[in-house]
Amino acid sequence: MSARHLFGAVALALIIAALLAAPFGLKPYGIYILTLWAVTTIAAIGLNLTLGYAGQVSLAQGAFVGIGAYVAALLTTKGWPLGAAYLIAGVSCFGIGWLLGYPALRVQHHYLAFVTLAFSTLVYLIFRNEEWLTGGIYGISNVPRPSLFGYALSRPRDFYYFCLANLALVSLAAWWLIRSPWGRAFVALRENPLRALSLGVDTRRYTLMAFALGAGLGGISGVLYAPLVQYIDPTPFALLLSLNLLLMVVVGGSGYFFGPFVGAIVAVLLPEWLQGVDNAYWLFGPYADTARSVLPPTALKYVAKHYLVAYAIFVMVLLVFSPGGIIGFFERRFAKTRTVVPQAAPAEAKAVS
Amino acid sequence: MSTVLEVRDLTKRFGGIHAVDGVSFEVNEGEILGIIGPNGSGKSTLFNCILGQLRPTSGEVKLDGRAVTGMRPCDLNRLGVSRTFQLLQVFPELTVRENLILAAQEHKGTMLTRLFGARDAGLSGDADRMIEFFRLAHVAQNKAGALSYGQQKLLDAAMAFMAGPRLVLLDEPAGGVNLTMLANLRERLEAINREEGATFVVIEHNMEFVMQLCSRILVLAEGRIIAQGDPATVRSNPQVIEAYLGH
Amino acid sequence: MSDFLQLLIAGLATGGIYALVAIGFTLLWQTSQTINFAQGEFVMLPAFFMLMAMSAFGVPFWGAVVIGIIVSALVLGVLFKRVLVDPMLRHGVLPLAIATMALALFMKESVKDFYSAEAQPFPPLAADTNISIFGATVALQSLIVVAIAVAAVIALQFFLNRTRTGRQMQATAQNPNVARILGIPVERMILLAFVINAVLAALASALVTPIYLAKFSNGEYLGMAAFIAAIVGGFNQVRGAIVGGLLLGVIDNFAAAYLSAQYRAAIPLLLLIIVIIFRPQGLVGRVEERTV
Repeated sequence: MSARHLFGAVALALIIAALLAAPFGLKPYGIYILTLWAVTTIAAIGLNLTLGYAGQVSLAQGAFVGIGAYVAALLTTKGWPLGAAYLIAGVSCFGIGWLLGYPALRVQHHYLAFVTLAFSTLVYLIFRNEEWLTGGIYGISNVPRPSLFGYALSRPRDFYYFCLANLALVSLAAWWLIRSPWGRAFVALRENPLRALSLGVDTRRYTLMAFALGAGLGGISGVLYAPLVQYIDPTPFALLLSLNLLLMVVVGGSGYFFGPFVGAIVAVLLPEWLQGVDNAYWLFGPYADTARSVLPPTALKYVAKHYLVAYAIFVMVLLVFSPGGIIGFFERRFAKTRTVVPQAAPAEAKAVS
Repeated sequence: MSTVLEVRDLTKRFGGIHAVDGVSFEVNEGEILGIIGPNGSGKSTLFNCILGQLRPTSGEVKLDGRAVTGMRPCDLNRLGVSRTFQLLQVFPELTVRENLILAAQEHKGTMLTRLFGARDAGLSGDADRMIEFFRLAHVAQNKAGALSYGQQKLLDAAMAFMAGPRLVLLDEPAGGVNLTMLANLRERLEAINREEGATFVVIEHNMEFVMQLCSRILVLAEGRIIAQGDPATVRSNPQVIEAYLGH
Repeated sequence: MSDFLQLLIAGLATGGIYALVAIGFTLLWQTSQTINFAQGEFVMLPAFFMLMAMSAFGVPFWGAVVIGIIVSALVLGVLFKRVLVDPMLRHGVLPLAIATMALALFMKESVKDFYSAEAQPFPPLAADTNISIFGATVALQSLIVVAIAVAAVIALQFFLNRTRTGRQMQATAQNPNVARILGIPVERMILLAFVINAVLAALASALVTPIYLAKFSNGEYLGMAAFIAAIVGGFNQVRGAIVGGLLLGVIDNFAAAYLSAQYRAAIPLLLLIIVIIFRPQGLVGRVEERTV
């Protein structure tokens, strides 16, 4: 194992240990936010598959999270187990995602963004106006937490571990997928669809699959979101969610495996952390007092008070200095220096595909 | 000797322009056919029509007697037709080995077996063979984007041969390659033709390359075939000379 | 009939404002593949520049408007391009688009935190009187807005079609690479596009803020409206932005009059959906051949 791989493995192990230990040092709200991060990451992993690996621009991921959430809310409030929601939401989101992929075959890039945008908007309108189904603006309340083999998962810590386990399973599946020939085909689809076609890659089928898989994961994310917040209304599933997920994928690093994890940390956890940054001296342990004199509390209090401004500045500065996102930044730093031969711009495979 | 490729009365019109105008020819197994012609004579369009990149206005393309006109490039590829591109198109972010595996993986098994099967779809052996054959062993682990231009040309050719195709269409393989590498490339192509019995069709501008490599040559001008035959005959054909000089 | 005329003119007034915002949005996209998610905030902010000029420096209204436009041109035009856009242009459409999302949040929260979270009154352009046209009662304000918006659009079209610089800019918008080969100073044209966008947004700000009052959250609605107008009209033509804006304004106004609030809000979205499904290039747009 090279030094780099060893470093990575150790870092990963430490992070997993931290994630497992975290709830013991956090108040219920802290556990909730961490659970939200885990659930959101699943949706971001889905979008990273569609956009980062297969290169298909989708502004509809938020809608799929919404569909998953509503399916779960409707089923579990009527007494069905969460497992049924997984199945129904997963299959239907996969299917709808597959159908949504068809316009992707005919249009490219920004037009595709428009189509997925329209879909997202349509779904939101249905959530909001079809009261008989979704409860309209009043939503669905008292969504129960699930139980696993008779063991109730209603406490924050238990539900957190449940979501963490889900994230672990999704991550393993995504890892397997990306390393498989499918992953290679997705990259080919993203980098040069015309060349991919000439090598026997059925770009049509892989495009639809990219949409379907991403959508399915969005649905799964929604199925976990419903019991997390226990009240589902249309507001969280407006276009803003799709845009936020897009932000996570790009800021984390589009097309990198750990991108969605990091991106979700930025979008979900960072604003929370910034709100309490003036109390963060404990991070420096015994050196807290030195830290306090170097970084005066007033400065940090200012940041904490205007945390959204600080967050926005962070994202802008990050992207200006590293448009490839956070993981992209580290990739570039630690990659072996190489010269890249200029490539002919890949043509668009529209003609007969 | 069987006919691998049959093109009959192929025509491609763009508005009022006949880019390809009633072209007919056959390619026999094991042949290396060259297609030459001045710029704008329709060579690339002809290729694109054969390969399914463009839909011909009329005419037929048959592979081993089977009609394949207008078939999608990926389906045609899986029937055993592959190509290289004029403008180099390897996947720069994948390694040399990964490029080669990609080039043949869609021929192995089904979508599902590819998802749950081996990472390399069982192609590591074949990839290594190709790397050996095209003398790319010293760069096999590098990302394709880090290779020199000539090396990428070899990789491009290797990718075309990975799946053991019946027919390979090479679009200006000699373009932009230095003389040493050119001799190397030509020698490798001749070797693969000899050893695997692969059939080639080559579009080229580099006269010397074509004359040395190809056993038979077609000359296109303004979308039509104006001459056919072995290199010596074609070279001395007055119509051919005029087509080149007259433009 | 008089109701219809009233709604139509009010709709054209709103539509004119949408058109101004959508034109700039389209120009940015065409010349530099910039999707500006902060476009709504670009219309929200200049009103605050104008308010500050009036309250802090005692400048009279029309002077403040001019100052607001100039400051916007510098900050939202030149500064925006140099600081945010230039470093990121090479790296594709998405990172820059996300950065403008963050910019929108930055602008919104900055105004909320550092100026005021409350809506501020903003002086109207005309006295609060009504005029009778063919029996319809029309607010003078609406007519002035329409007049100014129309004048701005005509001036812009004149600039684009009749001046050398304007035609160079059109060339840049259609095909920057070829424009560069032809010797057109493409970088300067792109900068000009950003400045024009800022100026149009500032003008729209002065026109729209009297109605909605100056509030940090104005950008959300206006940004969405600009986006919809640009897509509905045709994302690759300035004319598209004008058509889309006017259409959206008129439809929106009629919807507000005849439908409940819940359904009214859905109308622009439905319009968007219908256009994207049946005519993705927009009502006036060309089917795009240029590869992005």
